[in-house]
Amino acid sequence: MAAAGNDGLRLHVVTGKGGTGKTTVAAALALALARDGGRVLLSEVEGRQGIAQLFDTPPLPYEETRVARAPGGGEVLALAIDPAAALIEYLAMFYHLRGAGSILNRIGAIEFATTIAPGVRDVLLTGKIKEAVDRRDGQGRYVYDAVVLDAPPTGRITRFLNVTADVSSLARMGPVKSQADSVQRVVRSPATAVHLVTLLEEMPVQETVDGIAELRAAQIPVGRVIVNLRRQPYPLPARIVKKDVTEALTSVGVGGGKAVVDGLVAEAAAYRERVALEDRELADVEALGQPVTLLAQQPGPIDRGALLALADSLAAQGFPPAKAAS
Amino acid sequence: MSFDVDALLREAKVIVCCGSGGVGKTTTAAALAVRAAEQGRRTVVLTIDPARRLAQAMGLTELDNTPRRVQGIEGDLDAMMLDMKRTFDEIVVAHSGPDRADAILANPFYQSLSSSFAGTQEYMAMEKLGQLVAEDRWDLVVVDTPPTRSALDFLDAPQRLGTFLDGRLIKILLAPARAGGRAYLKVVNAGLSAVTRTVTKIIGAQLLTDLQQFVASLETMFGGFRARADETYAMLKAPGTAFVVVASPEPAALREASYFADRLSAESMPLAGLVVNRVHTPELDGLGAATATSAAERLEQAGGSEVTAALLRLHAERVAVAERESTLVDRFARSHPSTGVRRVPAMSTDVHDLEGLRQVGAALAG
Repeated sequence: MAAAGNDGLRLHVVTGKGGTGKTTVAAALALALARDGGRVLLSEVEGRQGIAQLFDTPPLPYEETRVARAPGGGEVLALAIDPAAALIEYLAMFYHLRGAGSILNRIGAIEFATTIAPGVRDVLLTGKIKEAVDRRDGQGRYVYDAVVLDAPPTGRITRFLNVTADVSSLARMGPVKSQADSVQRVVRSPATAVHLVTLLEEMPVQETVDGIAELRAAQIPVGRVIVNLRRQPYPLPARIVKKDVTEALTSVGVGGGKAVVDGLVAEAAAYRERVALEDRELADVEALGQPVTLLAQQPGPIDRGALLALADSLAAQGFPPAKAAS
Repeated sequence: MSFDVDALLREAKVIVCCGSGGVGKTTTAAALAVRAAEQGRRTVVLTIDPARRLAQAMGLTELDNTPRRVQGIEGDLDAMMLDMKRTFDEIVVAHSGPDRADAILANPFYQSLSSSFAGTQEYMAMEKLGQLVAEDRWDLVVVDTPPTRSALDFLDAPQRLGTFLDGRLIKILLAPARAGGRAYLKVVNAGLSAVTRTVTKIIGAQLLTDLQQFVASLETMFGGFRARADETYAMLKAPGTAFVVVASPEPAALREASYFADRLSAESMPLAGLVVNRVHTPELDGLGAATATSAAERLEQAGGSEVTAALLRLHAERVAVAERESTLVDRFARSHPSTGVRRVPAMSTDVHDLEGLRQVGAALAG
């Protein structure tokens, strides 16, 4: 089976400052990747159950669960990765130690390994992601065309993905180290891209700039910058002739006279001020040299319909690239 | 119910600002501190990770863990940024004497614990808060909380660290150091050799040795850590401490605020009120979204003024946003009838000077 999209990307890591909508963008991207028959895994690692809230399903278990069908027959499965469950699964898979899990849990070793042992938590989380990316069925085909990760925020993303650096200060050999190395090979390969979600505001843009610099320094491939909640464009000139507005309003039966006209013009001025600010931030984003994708603010709350509209908007901007005819 | 912010600023000794990430918590903390100082209270504000321009507005140019006087205020205001690792290092030195301190500071497990343990930042913020209160130099301490994934993390972090330090794993690892091996043998006899073998197999022998050294060197400090975590918790419940929950008018942020309000009440910690930042309001009352949209449609169909149609559509969008936000905040207010709510209007630009903080402060006071 071909990879979803023709850019060879199989692992999409979506990060962003808190409050920028990275979970929403990750879900929309998963739907876009699943169009035309793709099978996509959408996963989260921070125990927030953000995916379940977005798709309005019960909290996700540690088990791949279908949350949506995409237009054209594809599907999106979701997985909330819990480090303790991942560790127990890992022990069972590689050491046949299923029974040890409960003893380790009782004495607090699982808690220890997943909270304080340096880097181990991140190795477990990224290790599980890598396992899903690499998983093949009986015929040797990839089980998932693509994996989308709703990742930790921009401030922590490089450290999260750069697991070897953290672990190698402690473990120069042994299973933790080799697991970290194999994760690192996938994360640094052209099959992976880290996308950054931002709003056109000072702090999120600054974090995006800093985050991209850190990712580049760590040689982790940077993908797109996704500008979320872009304002609707309105054709509003700097000078508005109030007399014309008054006449036009009267022609469609909107009364209220001067107060209404002044109020509307004041709203236009505030809008233009905000847009000018956003345009300056957008110029900073574009100067980063990564492809930029714009997502418009959706009217109303984010539900399945809104997610599909966002997925359409991503696809219309070539993200993911349309599949090559084969 | 409305939230009397000025009364809070007159009476509180400690104000803790909490809420999920990206809701303007740091700005709220800074604005409260500026307003309190200018109303005559000697105030210090502890920020965690301020935006560059907000930090500059308060004259904070370096992360040096020391309160610095803020210039340009009519009153006494000090501000500082938290240096998590340095705060932790200072505790280690204070509790363990110089020889042991060096060994602990150099241990890779300590370095990980002090720089990246989920919860260390929260724990250190509370530790620093305790230190500032103990210094007794200020009438009011305002503290910002770390940008955690969930607003509840910072309440749980001190206990999680305490639980970890008291855990059985630690006791098992400590056993050989404590009793020259004999207690360890007992543990082994209790059937735990399999565990040690497993741990060695997974993390490697070298890691296990580092870990045992770390745990042994920390042992003398355990009592201190426990006591401090308990003191911090007691301080959060003491009279004079008040929590301000900060949110934006978005479902996720208000859901967090709601969890937090419930949790505070369960712990009998005083919630002073909810601040909802970035609330949008139309400049024009009395023209509904539906009326404006239908007028815009008629203008477009008739080929009338494009600009007027755009004005009407922009207005309809603003009204719709305002109504949605208002519904969400009203819902919170209904389910928390005893919590005062203050809505702070969205500013057209980011706050980057003291004047901006004064304006936010005025909006907070209503």
